[in-house]
Amino acid sequence: MAKRLYFASNHYVRRLCKFGKRFMSTTSCIEPSSGLTEEQRHIQEMATSFAKNELAPNMSTWDQEEYFPKETMMTAGSLGFGAIYCKDDYGGTGLSRLDASVIFEALSQGCVSTTAYISIHNMCAWMIDTFANDTLREHWIPKLATMETLASYCLTEPESGSDAASLSTYAKRQGDMYILNGTKSFISGGGETDVYVLMCRTGEKGPKGITCLLIDKDSPGLSFGQKERKMGWNSQPTRQVIMEDCEVPVSNRIGEEGQGFAIAMNGLNGGRINIASCSLGGAHACIELARDQLLSRKQFGQELANFQFLQYRLAEMATRLVASRLMVRNAARALQDKSPDAVALCSMAKLYATEECSQICNQALQMFGGYGYLKDYPVQQYLRDLRVHEILEGTNEIMRMLISRDLLKH
Amino acid sequence: MSMRVLVGVKRVIDYAVKVRVKPDKMGVVTDGVKHSMNPFDEIAVEEAIRLKEKKIVKEVVAVSCGPTQSQETIRTALAMGCDRGIHVEITGKEYENLQPFHVSKILAKIAKEEDVDMVILGKQAIDGDNNQTGQMTAAVLDWPQATFASEVKKNNGDLTVTREVDGGLETINVKLPAVITTDLRLNEPRYATLPNIMKAKKKPIAKKTVADYDVDISPRQEVLSVEDPPVREAGSKIIGNTV
Repeated sequence: MAKRLYFASNHYVRRLCKFGKRFMSTTSCIEPSSGLTEEQRHIQEMATSFAKNELAPNMSTWDQEEYFPKETMMTAGSLGFGAIYCKDDYGGTGLSRLDASVIFEALSQGCVSTTAYISIHNMCAWMIDTFANDTLREHWIPKLATMETLASYCLTEPESGSDAASLSTYAKRQGDMYILNGTKSFISGGGETDVYVLMCRTGEKGPKGITCLLIDKDSPGLSFGQKERKMGWNSQPTRQVIMEDCEVPVSNRIGEEGQGFAIAMNGLNGGRINIASCSLGGAHACIELARDQLLSRKQFGQELANFQFLQYRLAEMATRLVASRLMVRNAARALQDKSPDAVALCSMAKLYATEECSQICNQALQMFGGYGYLKDYPVQQYLRDLRVHEILEGTNEIMRMLISRDLLKH
Repeated sequence: MSMRVLVGVKRVIDYAVKVRVKPDKMGVVTDGVKHSMNPFDEIAVEEAIRLKEKKIVKEVVAVSCGPTQSQETIRTALAMGCDRGIHVEITGKEYENLQPFHVSKILAKIAKEEDVDMVILGKQAIDGDNNQTGQMTAAVLDWPQATFASEVKKNNGDLTVTREVDGGLETINVKLPAVITTDLRLNEPRYATLPNIMKAKKKPIAKKTVADYDVDISPRQEVLSVEDPPVREAGSKIIGNTV
């Protein structure tokens, strides 16, 4: 009896911790804590354990049921994940861009889609924290930090995607109010989040006529389109945000009139690091899954791990993951230090990491053969969730444009 | 009343890691292996912090005996909410030969020196699975012990502790000071929040050696060989009429 209880309790420890099967015996060359400070490793450890306990067990259900896990995000908020790189005077966590990248990479191992939304929420919080006045900051940052209040970023329009500066949502000033008309599309969290950080036109054509406004969900004249049906990113709703004579107080303006495009692009530099970090976490998870598969699956009378083609393929995947991670972390440092090449470095990191990591997931899926294509196996979801990272926060074509512009400037 | 609590936090091979025996069969591979806080010690830390949050306890001190990296385990305890740490550095061969008998003597010395009212330890560490340190610490201190606790309640000057025993649950009263060891269902440990991880950096960790406590840690046992568990052999099919 004593012995049974003893084993039962050990079993419970493992179940309680919800860790899957035992895998690595030693840390390997793809270990993401490599090169981090002790404090960053602590942060990473906590985020990884949150990902494994709270996100990973639900990732497939949230995907298939298209469930937006607000309670889990509030738990994440209570740990400081809601306003990671906001200043700490109004409840932000006060960490660096690199710390944030480390966190998003760790969290996305458990669920890329949910983490990607959390990263967008963080980007919005940072834009408010950095460019809004103290009244707005004091009102919004504490609630955004705990994730009791969720935020969405609204730049894209049906007719204005990569050519963002051509946006046409118009805000007409009427006394203390702006009256908005227009439609924003592909809005992450749209319809279920509480506040919208939105770019609209208040002046001339082009980037200089754009202003950033903060729009409360309950504003008169604000409505939402139907929920889009997507290939991945299913744990967060995507809708159009529609403004029909929508009234927004002038006091909700972030920054000055005409400053909106600069604010939007500033937010996106960090957003690109964040999204690239989410790709890193997904690819890391896929490499671990593929490694376990190679060590356990037998064909032709031996483990797949004995086949040189697969050994080399796995080695290439690991190499590209580590190369991507170095680029992302380097860009995060550059952005933190306001280095003049930060925009190009963020673009390079996003371009390289999101494409390489999608390919890593795809190759991991191939190692699973037919099983990889089944929804019972997580690799296909990582692949579906990662694919969109090559499109949003500026398409990878726009990333190439920004990089070449930096190289060819006179 | 405001009490002071000592919690033991051991750095062990992480439970998700597949343990491997060293080629010389004198132990298990620890180099490059992920380590973390013993899960039962996490429960001990959580219980101590909850007592502090209920204002029953005014200070929680986390102690770890082991190599330099044990400080990371103490740092985790500080991030969860302990106030300060004590690291008794024991390395190399000495650490390999360290047994509950030695650790309990060190803990007893610290408990006296720190003038604590309660020592909370995990019921066992998941590496050695000894389940001895708590009991021995109580014996060395000549304090009452309440092992395998699944509930701890303050009751005037005493503690009412529910214990998980073979036959079910047993409730006992212990007078303070006392030693408690935690069972799995006592609580569910919290995550350290990001702000608390940052604050933990500034909390003090006192660095000590065995000599500071005048404890003899010469080995009382000798490890002859460490073996992998035997591989399970294939079963055989019984053919015939079975019910």
